[in-house]
Amino acid sequence: MNFATLAKNTGLAVALSIGISPLASALTLEDLAKRLDALEIQNKQLSKENAQLRDAVAQTNDKVEAAVIATESIADSASGIQKLANFADKTTIGGYGELHYNNLSGKGGASDKDEIDFHRFVLFFGHEFSDDIRFFSELEVEHSIAGEGKSGEVELEQAYIDFDLNDNHTARAGLFLLPVGIINETHEPPTFYGTERNPVEKNIIPATWWAAGAGLNGQLGGGFSYDAYVHSGLAVPGTGKNAWKVRSGRQKVSKAKANDPAATARLKYTGIPGLELAVSAQYQQDMGQGLVAGLDSGTLIETHAIWKSGPFGVKALYAAWDIDGSEVKAAGADEQEGFYIEPSYKISEKFGVFARFNQWDNQAGSSASESEKEQWDIGVNYWPHENVVIKADYQYQNNDDGEDQNGLNIGLGYQF
Amino acid sequence: MAKGVYQTPLAFLDQTFSGDVPSATNIWLTTQKKQVISNILQHSPSFIRVKYWQHESKTAWILSEVGKEKPITVGVVIDDGKIQQLKVLTFRESRGWEVKHNFFTRQFDHVGLNQERRLDKSIDGISGATLSVRALKKIARIALYLEQQL
Repeated sequence: MNFATLAKNTGLAVALSIGISPLASALTLEDLAKRLDALEIQNKQLSKENAQLRDAVAQTNDKVEAAVIATESIADSASGIQKLANFADKTTIGGYGELHYNNLSGKGGASDKDEIDFHRFVLFFGHEFSDDIRFFSELEVEHSIAGEGKSGEVELEQAYIDFDLNDNHTARAGLFLLPVGIINETHEPPTFYGTERNPVEKNIIPATWWAAGAGLNGQLGGGFSYDAYVHSGLAVPGTGKNAWKVRSGRQKVSKAKANDPAATARLKYTGIPGLELAVSAQYQQDMGQGLVAGLDSGTLIETHAIWKSGPFGVKALYAAWDIDGSEVKAAGADEQEGFYIEPSYKISEKFGVFARFNQWDNQAGSSASESEKEQWDIGVNYWPHENVVIKADYQYQNNDDGEDQNGLNIGLGYQF
Repeated sequence: MAKGVYQTPLAFLDQTFSGDVPSATNIWLTTQKKQVISNILQHSPSFIRVKYWQHESKTAWILSEVGKEKPITVGVVIDDGKIQQLKVLTFRESRGWEVKHNFFTRQFDHVGLNQERRLDKSIDGISGATLSVRALKKIARIALYLEQQL
């Protein structure tokens, strides 16, 4: 029943009640008709105002809709939790850093280490030229200050362009981190345990390790992925205190000797949540770039497994070099190898504890040399925010040469 | 279909509602909802409402969150307070692509929220895809939370 009908019916009821009630005889039918007319006019006025209000509400809805659309950046979705500006859609900035405090006691001839160091300050810059072509770079300041007589360095650690060939395969060219080990490519501090990076990947692989080159990476289906690159190789020194150490052979693509390139390939399986299995192989035609007598080709094999289930995690890695050459063999450095195993447990979202046993030997080819090193680490990570971490760990070394550094490491790290 | 797009939002909804897609409705972010979502995201949301599609007890949500650099768009179907399906619709990150596979997203089936508004089942991550996994878990929590507010 609409308002007009209701009003009329009510009026009729009133009229009837007046008809049978002598007390109401003061109201004439003419008065009632006038009142009904007035009510009709009022009703029409209300209807008109109501229509105007509906129009105004609809217009407000349209304005709100337009304002929301202008606010939200909807690239592919019906609602966006994403960056707003077009610039941010194409160019990305990120970074990470870590501040370390080491309080280590040396024995057997090893030095004490009491220092605080802004070990790394890194900025990422990426740009998407098109859907299929992307640039990525990483610029790093090590130890806070660089320059003559300073202990720091400014390093261009990555600068490469990816060209997507199709949905599953991408070509990469430029300067990039090699696909070997666990931390070489992913080493933002909140992602790993231990204030310092583990000594096995540091001294054997040797992370962080980048080269200039080109190659392919992609997905093979069933949880398998691959990487295959040809790139600049190491130039391992044959003399001095760093003789035959692969870590000292990193050229960092600074006018790198490129007489003999190297090739690296990796196969990785991540087909079961929580599990990663990977194997990498690298061949270098000449580990000394033709500049070191008695140092020839080298092959690196690295394999690792990561298993995470609920709060439990375990990482295990093994890496070994097999190097040819009379001089390197004489020094026992024709075999260099190491492994570590790292169980961990996340007590809560914010707290995690770990232990790690590391063993490595840069002169494993000779049983005569006292070159095997062992290190135990035990410690805690605290993440006050998912991208910020505070770490503390205790390291205990048991090296064959008797030169040990034992003590406390504390770190602060972040990524964004 | 553009690279990185595994299913369009329209196809996802079509499949979810067997071809009879209900009209979308918006849920607006009040101050309280914004606070809860900010806590889940660990940053402020850049949206002020979320669209959802509902038929009887089933709702479908399409949300995006940046993993490392690029937004990952995810469709979430919720029935009776539990995730019925979580599907990556668009993935444009250069790493962490493993999260798009069913073997990973299956873990979200039948997952709900506990009292702390966390997922009531642990989701096993993927090494090297930490940030993508994190983005998907956040999206699942937001969809479940908003569904509770209807």
